[in-house]
Amino acid sequence: MISTNQILINSNYNSVIEMNNAITLKKLVTNQSIKIEGLDVYIENQHILKDINLTIPEKSITCIIGPSGCGKSTFLKTLNRMHDESPEVKISGKVFVNDENIYGQHVNVIDTRKKMGLLAQRPCPLPMSIYENVAYGPRIHGIKKRKAINQTVIQYLQYVGLWDEVRDRVRTSATRLSIGQQQRLCLARGLAIEPEYILGDEATSALDPLSTKKIEELFIKLKEKYTIILVTHTLRQAKRIADHIIFMYLGKIIESGSTDEFFNNPKKQLTKEYLSGSFS
Amino acid sequence: MRLLRAVKDKTARYIMLGIAIFTILFLIVIGVSLFFKALPIMKEKSLWILLTSANWKPFKGDYGFLPFIFSTFYVSLIAIIIALPFSILTSIYLNSYASKNVKRLFEPIVDLLSGIPPVIYGVWGTLTIVPLIANKIAPRFVAFSSGYTVLAGGIVLAVMIIPLLISIMVEVFRSIPKEMTDASLSMGATKWQTVKKVILRKSVSGIIAATVLALSRAFGETMAVLMVCGNITQIPHSIFDACYPLPALIANNYGEMLSMPSYESALMFSAFLLFIIVVLFNGLSRFTLNQIERRYQF
Repeated sequence: MISTNQILINSNYNSVIEMNNAITLKKLVTNQSIKIEGLDVYIENQHILKDINLTIPEKSITCIIGPSGCGKSTFLKTLNRMHDESPEVKISGKVFVNDENIYGQHVNVIDTRKKMGLLAQRPCPLPMSIYENVAYGPRIHGIKKRKAINQTVIQYLQYVGLWDEVRDRVRTSATRLSIGQQQRLCLARGLAIEPEYILGDEATSALDPLSTKKIEELFIKLKEKYTIILVTHTLRQAKRIADHIIFMYLGKIIESGSTDEFFNNPKKQLTKEYLSGSFS
Repeated sequence: MRLLRAVKDKTARYIMLGIAIFTILFLIVIGVSLFFKALPIMKEKSLWILLTSANWKPFKGDYGFLPFIFSTFYVSLIAIIIALPFSILTSIYLNSYASKNVKRLFEPIVDLLSGIPPVIYGVWGTLTIVPLIANKIAPRFVAFSSGYTVLAGGIVLAVMIIPLLISIMVEVFRSIPKEMTDASLSMGATKWQTVKKVILRKSVSGIIAATVLALSRAFGETMAVLMVCGNITQIPHSIFDACYPLPALIANNYGEMLSMPSYESALMFSAFLLFIIVVLFNGLSRFTLNQIERRYQF
């Protein structure tokens, strides 16, 4: 029963792969922009983010760095409105995504989240097969045609370099993959909702160096089409892949600028101290 | 000094081992003693007849347990069919939707419900559920029903096992990592989609385990069911017929009919039967759970 099913699926895949060779990743909206004005975030009356004003450059990698507890992850969550799930978080200010304030009155949370592909700290595959994990996004957004879903799944698994590793077992549980593979799967899953932005919350901190390298290479490949915002703990990673750096400390943005300038010619005293390792 | 400590350590260990073995021994002792008490009737009649005959005439020496076995399963099945949707939806609400204050209010109430003595549920069933069935529900479907029915037993039993189911399922849902639901929500899934496709899927084995536990409890529940299910020895043809589950048979007759040795042995046989049903059921469900977890290791 299962084996015939598998064969059917496989033959289906092959035809899709042939079609796929001609297709590149879907062309995305040309104008991506994130602009933040006067953003304040309170969690249980603690002032976590303080008057953030920021513009994030499109189609490039922006790394947010800073010591633990400075509000990096909280900031990232404001971008896809994941704070909506925690009633104790209060937010004021404006976050414009593609010129629309996502905290405005008539904004649909789902549309906002659909624009943002999130890659969490630890890979967290959904309790289903590898295939279903990638198909999850298209399915919840209403795509029903099997061929279209097959195509999406293969395309994104290929894109993250996982397809050749898992093609014989796409119907098996995703939790059996190695942790590095799981993170690439999560990236493919995030890409399958066809976002415009990619948010990474210390996306490589749980991974071994080789897997980290793979994910970093993917980010660099992805910035051609996506605007990428990464929270990272390691300065070296920021140096390797970032185009822009935002340095946060105690809920405030201390300094931001291009990677070159930031590392070679920091303006603020606090930045200099952080870079020299006086605190972390 | 050092020797003394080692001796104390060893002693504590073996005493606790002994007590643990003693606890398990209860199961075996109960099983064995019931078996020997039931042995006379099993020697007299073939096991097949005891289990499959519907002929129950103790004074003529006919002991067919089918009506009781059938009633036990029937009432428990109705109860679980009613209880499952209620408890799954309630636990999902408590886990994924309810605010902290609602949870703080709800959870002690659920615990309280499971602490109410069965006889009170029985009285409540007799006073409200039985007349409701007799006057309002049954007339729509059948010509006559006393109200003391399979359905009444099922409803009362459902109300009794719902708190148990809820408290287990809330724990099951709570054990799902937040990262997992966040992953789904961050992709733009609605809460309901996340519940359906992630939370329920992840909890299948937990829900099955809870159901099994509730069913085992339902099989053995005596007092409340006895008060509302009519206690007529027959194979019920519909949920509006009276029935007579095994525990009710034992509770109603033990101590009264002991002048007849074969009758006593028959009652012991029904107790043994109940014991076996619960043990088998638990074993079987453990086996299926293992299979499920092995096959769908998600």
